[in-house]
Amino acid sequence: MWRDAALVAGKDLRIEARSRVATNQVAPFALMVLVLFAFALDPDRGVLRRAAPGLFWVAVLFSALLAIQRSFALESADGARDGLRLSGLDPAGIFLGKLGAVAAEVLALQVVLAAGVAVMFEARLHGIVLLATTCLVATAGLAAAGTIYGALAAGLRVRETLLPLLLLPVVAPVLLGATRAWEAALGLGIDDGWRWVQLLAVFAVLYLTFGVLAFGPLLEES
Amino acid sequence: MPAAIRLRSAVALLGRFPALAGVDLDVAAGEVVLLEGPNGAGKTTLLRTCAGLLPIASGIAEVLGNDLSRDRRGVRRRVGLLGHAGFLYDDLTVEDNVRFAVRAAGAPRDRIGPAIERLGLDGRLRGVTASRLSAGQRRRTALAALVGRWPELWLLDEPHAGLDAAARDIVDGLVAEASTGGVTVLLASHEVDRAAALAGRAVHLAGGHVVAEPAGPSRGDGAGSREPAHVA
Repeated sequence: MWRDAALVAGKDLRIEARSRVATNQVAPFALMVLVLFAFALDPDRGVLRRAAPGLFWVAVLFSALLAIQRSFALESADGARDGLRLSGLDPAGIFLGKLGAVAAEVLALQVVLAAGVAVMFEARLHGIVLLATTCLVATAGLAAAGTIYGALAAGLRVRETLLPLLLLPVVAPVLLGATRAWEAALGLGIDDGWRWVQLLAVFAVLYLTFGVLAFGPLLEES
Repeated sequence: MPAAIRLRSAVALLGRFPALAGVDLDVAAGEVVLLEGPNGAGKTTLLRTCAGLLPIASGIAEVLGNDLSRDRRGVRRRVGLLGHAGFLYDDLTVEDNVRFAVRAAGAPRDRIGPAIERLGLDGRLRGVTASRLSAGQRRRTALAALVGRWPELWLLDEPHAGLDAAARDIVDGLVAEASTGGVTVLLASHEVDRAAALAGRAVHLAGGHVVAEPAGPSRGDGAGSREPAHVA
């Protein structure tokens, strides 16, 4: 399973490195979302600073959607999805591989977005351990849920519009938990950030487990 | 010879339409069999069913000893399908595409280079992304992936389509070599004369049924002619 996961993740990341969709399209899109928020809320820098965690995670969510759609669009051209099924790779390995590639892209985007938040929103990024742990755990959950719903929508003609409709309500707990944890880390909230990280971890474990068990039937039926 | 493919009243549905409507077919290991028939006869569906891509709605389907009604995944690593699609990733190079197919199948890595060279894709083409290849070059790349994997059962859907004369000769040579090595080949083609020369016998499909099969010895003098044909 792990060998297959590494093979699929390596393939997806190599494709991204060659096509540069993540760097040339997804990252600029994510930064543009932050810039638009900055324009909209500019008169009140205090509001912008207080809203920074939520705006950061909304931008992450939109960017992750693009990364997930891209991940499954790769498999829709030239029958590649059938090729993947015919390859004999373990479906759990395919799930973990695609999830790993999406997670790597989203984590890289978060570094860019965090820099954008620090510069544009004048947010001071302290509580680094909590911030980084939140990013890791929330990204695992986002990528796991996204990979499951991406596979579910991939076989449908309306997948581009259906995926956000399916995924956004499901990942609402990630948006909530990650935003609260970041608020705590930045000293903007009174909650214990680590309790929100625990919620994010439960979400990630649930979707990782479900994906490992159910990705085979999903790949066959969708 | 054990049967590489054994179908009995096999029914496969495309949506609610029975694209295979009760097919009986036996193909012995090492045999080369040509599937003939008009468009919509069920040739591609039969190949995809044997590859484990389509489920059997009823009947018996055994491929390489695997009962496809119970487990379709088990057979996939042991078969190679060259379909209308090449299963290529546009942003990967020729070499990357072949390497991924070979490694995913668990085949030895040292087959990658020779497979690429065999299909005439070495040199400059090796590092070209699939999106920049011509249709014929894409077909060659898909063939190179098949050759690199060298599975036990080759399912070839119009293997000569889109290829130039040199590449067609390469395909013919590969089929003969595979059969000599004990590989079973099931190929569908509208280029009957060329494909019949490769095959030990032909099976005619129409309306999702096997409607006729020439009895007696080989139609051609290809490698598959060494084995007697079992007519279902």
